[in-house]
Amino acid sequence: MTASADRPDDWPKVRLHVVTGKGGTGKSTVAAALALALATSGRNVLLCEVEGRQGIARMFDVDPLPYEERRIAKGAPDRDGRAGQVHALHIDPESALLEYLSMYYKLGRAGKALDRFGVIDFATTIAPGVRDVLLTGKVYEAVQRPRGGRHKDQITYDAVVLDAPPTGRICQFLGVNSELAGLAKVGPIKTQADKVMELLRSPRTAVHLVTILEEMPVQETSDGIGELRAAGLPVGGVVVNLVRPQDLSPSALAQVRDDTVDPTAVTSELTRARVDVDAGLVGSLVAEARDHAVRRHLEDEQRELVEAERVPTYELPRLASGIDQGALVELAELLRHQGMA
Amino acid sequence: MNNAPPVLDVDALLDDRTTQIIVCCGAGGVGKTTTSAALALRAAERGRKVVVLTIDPARRLAQSMGIGQLDNTPRPVAAVDAESGGSLDAMMLDMKRTFDEVVESQASPEKAKQILENPFYVALSSSFAGTQEYMAMEKLGQLHRQALADGSHDLIVVDTPPSRSALDFLDAPERLSSFLDGRFIRLLLAPARGPAKLMTAGFSVVTNALTKVLGAQVLRDMQTFVAAFDTLFGGFRQRADKTFALLQADGTAFVVVAAPEPDALREAAYFVDRLTDDDMPLAGLVVNRASPSARTELSAEAAITAADRLQSGDSSSLTAGLLRLHADRVRIIEREQHLRERFAAAHPKVPTAVVPAMASDVHDLDGLRAIGESLSSQGSDGD
Repeated sequence: MTASADRPDDWPKVRLHVVTGKGGTGKSTVAAALALALATSGRNVLLCEVEGRQGIARMFDVDPLPYEERRIAKGAPDRDGRAGQVHALHIDPESALLEYLSMYYKLGRAGKALDRFGVIDFATTIAPGVRDVLLTGKVYEAVQRPRGGRHKDQITYDAVVLDAPPTGRICQFLGVNSELAGLAKVGPIKTQADKVMELLRSPRTAVHLVTILEEMPVQETSDGIGELRAAGLPVGGVVVNLVRPQDLSPSALAQVRDDTVDPTAVTSELTRARVDVDAGLVGSLVAEARDHAVRRHLEDEQRELVEAERVPTYELPRLASGIDQGALVELAELLRHQGMA
Repeated sequence: MNNAPPVLDVDALLDDRTTQIIVCCGAGGVGKTTTSAALALRAAERGRKVVVLTIDPARRLAQSMGIGQLDNTPRPVAAVDAESGGSLDAMMLDMKRTFDEVVESQASPEKAKQILENPFYVALSSSFAGTQEYMAMEKLGQLHRQALADGSHDLIVVDTPPSRSALDFLDAPERLSSFLDGRFIRLLLAPARGPAKLMTAGFSVVTNALTKVLGAQVLRDMQTFVAAFDTLFGGFRQRADKTFALLQADGTAFVVVAAPEPDALREAAYFVDRLTDDDMPLAGLVVNRASPSARTELSAEAAITAADRLQSGDSSSLTAGLLRLHADRVRIIEREQHLRERFAAAHPKVPTAVVPAMASDVHDLDGLRAIGESLSSQGSDGD
């Protein structure tokens, strides 16, 4: 990597960023924002999805992605205004299997026969773990792709971001190759599975966990970190997503919490700001702030638990407008300022 | 709201004695487990004899229901108000155990042992991504047969596994059936059955390819497994088909669970369409985690303008903070409202219940009761 980043990032050696998180925490959003953040200063980044959701296409507002690397966006520019490119790949197991068979085994006619006999269908839907082996295998191929390799038109990537299955399944998903290597004690599958495991367990991989500041997701994150470590998989950072707005200063928050807000002062300020103050307005605004203070307090408790995990953490705000490409760039810049990329 | 969808009458659903099965489905992280448990508890306290099958409950919730351990047997939940004559049992699905039990009940002890020890079976039953769906279906079928036989329960509430897609649950039996009928199984069985006329040129091409890719040993394990499993296939398929038919029957009600987020509602929309296509009985949509509505009419724009005026002089103004918080709250509400209206416009006939977000997670029966209360008091919560 020759590019000069805005500032040194926390993961300079990492080529494969795996992003997981409990459902509803916004892991796909974070994966996309991370890809944009990494795609700076002329670097090429590949964003992969493996769960058949076409979430990338929706976020970037492009047509559904085929099994083919597509350039989908410019990354977030560096200080000199130089951006890189984000490419996207939707990995489906059927295509990955056919590609794998033709690449490694030159099966030709047999490949078609396999399909006709329902083997492809069997392998990708029923057979234990094969689906995950194929998905991780394709990601491995993109990460390990040699520069100027066999196919000249193939892009080599400075980083690959994988929008991975949720936290509850991440160890099974990433560890599937070691399980398979155990099932097949010799043979080509074992060799391949061992190689994939070697990458996934190396410092070139980081598994980041996305959470929100609520009890169950934080608990699941903490469990996930423990399981990843036990499985020998490299834990990356924790991205705390959808953080509530911090519009009240700590002192204001304390006043709201202690019920010491002076209504006449608020009334006169509102009047100064040319708001029509009716009887209920001040009380309503303060009551809303109290709801907010309760949530903030719960968030702070959960934040302490996240910090106790002693891994780098990054925070992203909840954007009231929802997620579109502009919002993703905004989140990418926040990640970069915090040193995630 | 002009395009308000019809209201989901939860109590009518629970009190209707012909409702025998309620399946809660939806994307991951939308509160399916909590919704299932809340529905089950409410039904029990309204006089039904309920069993709730959960898949992966939060630890503290599971403990409070007395199912801290995975043991695959319904356990009575203490502290349920039994005044109306109802009861609540809860269980957590142990997919491997369920699979093992099916094998044991279908095969001779000798054969069962052979299957249970096969490495291919071990992998299939414990780590295959679709096994949970099959086994949830299987367990549902078992519970239902048992309930019919001994009257132990008159309502089964099922939480569905956190699948890649909510549809996986519905597709599981069909996928299993088509696989079991497929040519691939016959291919694997061919050597066990001797050189029959099945051994065409195509077969040997495939077998050779498989040996090349998988290695001879894996293929052998698979063949042993399939051969041992052969006699069970009929039974499996029949059961899967039966359970699927059960899901289509009148006594079943699907409750689609979502959160007011684009992905969760999109998933809910897929599911609703699919249920309609497959003629499955849809009870309605539950939208969890709705943000609390604003307490005053002041618009977001007016609040922001006023906050800007105040902060041009004093950046730490408390009042400006209050105004910005209000604007944020209003915008979130508007966005959620818009998402719900979009869903309702495409699915105008789907009865809907909206449950506001709780300040903290639900860990006990009181919390579940509060959710049940909120589920059934739609439209009457004045603010």
